[in-house]
Amino acid sequence: MPSELVKNYFRTQNLPHIWCPGCGNGIVTRALVKAVDSLGLDKDKVCVVSGIGCSSRAPGYLDFNTLHTTHGRALAFATGVKMANPELKVIVVTGDGDSSAIGGNHLIHACRRNIDITTIVFNNNTYGMTGGQFSPTTPTGDKGTTAPYGSVDPNFDLCNLATAAGASYVARGTIFAANQLEKNIIAGIQNKGFSFIEAMSTCPTYYGRKNRKGSAVDMTTYLKENAINKVAWDKLPEEKKEGKFVIGELHSIERPEYTEQYDKLIASLRKEG
Amino acid sequence: MTVKLMQGNEACVAGALKAGMKFYAGYPITPSTEIAELSAEALPKVGGKFIQMEDEIGGIAAALGGSLTGLKSMTATSGPGFSLKQENIGYGIITETPCVIVNVQRSGPSTGLPTSPAQGDIMQSRWGTHGDHSIITLYPSSVKEIYYTTIRAFNLAEKYRTPVILLLDEIIGHMREKIEIPENDDVEIIDRKKPTCDPSEYKAFKVKEGDIVPEMAAFGQGYRYHVTGLVHDETGFPSGNELVADKLLNRLIDKIEGNKDDIVTYEEYLLDDAEIAIVSFGSIARSSKTAVDTLRSQGYKVGLFRPITIWPSPEEQLLELGKRMKKIFVVELNAGQYFLEVDRIAGKHVQVNKYGKINGEIITPEEIVAVVKEDQNA
Repeated sequence: MPSELVKNYFRTQNLPHIWCPGCGNGIVTRALVKAVDSLGLDKDKVCVVSGIGCSSRAPGYLDFNTLHTTHGRALAFATGVKMANPELKVIVVTGDGDSSAIGGNHLIHACRRNIDITTIVFNNNTYGMTGGQFSPTTPTGDKGTTAPYGSVDPNFDLCNLATAAGASYVARGTIFAANQLEKNIIAGIQNKGFSFIEAMSTCPTYYGRKNRKGSAVDMTTYLKENAINKVAWDKLPEEKKEGKFVIGELHSIERPEYTEQYDKLIASLRKEG
Repeated sequence: MTVKLMQGNEACVAGALKAGMKFYAGYPITPSTEIAELSAEALPKVGGKFIQMEDEIGGIAAALGGSLTGLKSMTATSGPGFSLKQENIGYGIITETPCVIVNVQRSGPSTGLPTSPAQGDIMQSRWGTHGDHSIITLYPSSVKEIYYTTIRAFNLAEKYRTPVILLLDEIIGHMREKIEIPENDDVEIIDRKKPTCDPSEYKAFKVKEGDIVPEMAAFGQGYRYHVTGLVHDETGFPSGNELVADKLLNRLIDKIEGNKDDIVTYEEYLLDDAEIAIVSFGSIARSSKTAVDTLRSQGYKVGLFRPITIWPSPEEQLLELGKRMKKIFVVELNAGQYFLEVDRIAGKHVQVNKYGKINGEIITPEEIVAVVKEDQNA
């Protein structure tokens, strides 16, 4: 029997989903739905937008206004949605390739504008839907079908990228620490501005198999053992950070929000007129 | 009556505002930039919104997002930018999202001769996006006609729930002409039909009996539905079923091809007794019209056929022309793109010749006169 959460927020007629056994996408999607539920948002006023890829299939299963767009363009479509109706809570669901390779330009400019959109990147370090090619977040040296000898590409730190580009809320979570991820998503949605949440996920089918990372459980255990909370991370000597990564709320500032600024412009022009 | 000296690109914005444009998203590129500039100035004054996106792709993507959220939306570009927008034009087609895409044509391929005139995007405006589809492309040839054709582009986009391409070219986009707009211009404005049923009964992509297209809810209106570029059934959810694919993709083609009587517009000039027809559009139709007058004064029975709806093409009219004429010349500022369409339709009945140019210079009336006379006196 589906849980109350599933019944209330999922389009159960479209289940089961297309994701592979052991995929982390379900856990991230659940964290998103739990965040929406605990905030008590009106489903009619939530719009979930995605691009192309495994994670971008999530909106089809969710009972909101949902928009599954073209590869890399979710944030550009979402910008139009938010501009047209700033009352809507706009949430973008995207992957590492979708958001930071083909969609990288839209990401940095959405950050720069600080437009009130919450973006959740399902980072599985690979292009899963096309069969495991290396992505901008595949660690250097790791293999993909297009990196048969190991990737020579340096990989992105997406959270640093979002922070530098101007996002007003930035956090990273993992599918192991799902409760913390949910809290970060809640804070992201509450933030009036552009919120960026990187959810470290798993792709045992392609990335895992290609790189001998073991089972889905092994890959999740890896996330558990190597993720260090921000508070502890800041106290850690540099040499102990090797091979580890930081999770939690990484950046939070107040900046003018884009649609509010535009609405002020409209108001001032209409007053003059 | 307001009488103004107006630029073509300015008339486009005036027409868009008249049609109810409330959202513009785009990226600057000559010779279309004035459309963005004037939209940026005008829209916030009427409660509308303008956004300069980070690139051309973002421009059309945001415009489609705005349209799905209920605002009449437009984006404008030129040659290279039009190439960049093609993928999302296809997205607009399969998701049935109204949007007006203006392409003020310039020379190409690539950066070409910036920003010399050309009519080189006739085929790109038909087949630029991948996959089988139909499309509406309009191409006015004067400032006044740009104003009214822009309104019509919005109306057709709303009525048929589809992206509509408005072709201009550098010449008519930058040309200034006198335009008279009546104070109480009672031009028809069409708005998309929105659902009124209970949300539980709403099937986002089902066409009701007697309707041409499905009713379109705006995001946030209370109908939570799914929009995807994947083939989808009447509920909007993806399907890999061949019958669903067949039904959807053919419906998208048929809603345009099956309504040509409503969509196709054209001008005929001195064709009643003509034996020779010149087919020409946009700025070059102006040269062709002058050439027709000159040739008439010299005793040649020449007339002009000017498609205003380029796609779907005026097939019936071109076929009729093929039967009636002794010769057809397709005069266009390219290497012979629309010639392919005219020859396909009329060529079985009459010799169709092409005359074009791709060097960034316009085609003058004198050139056209010479081409026709040379042929007739050969």
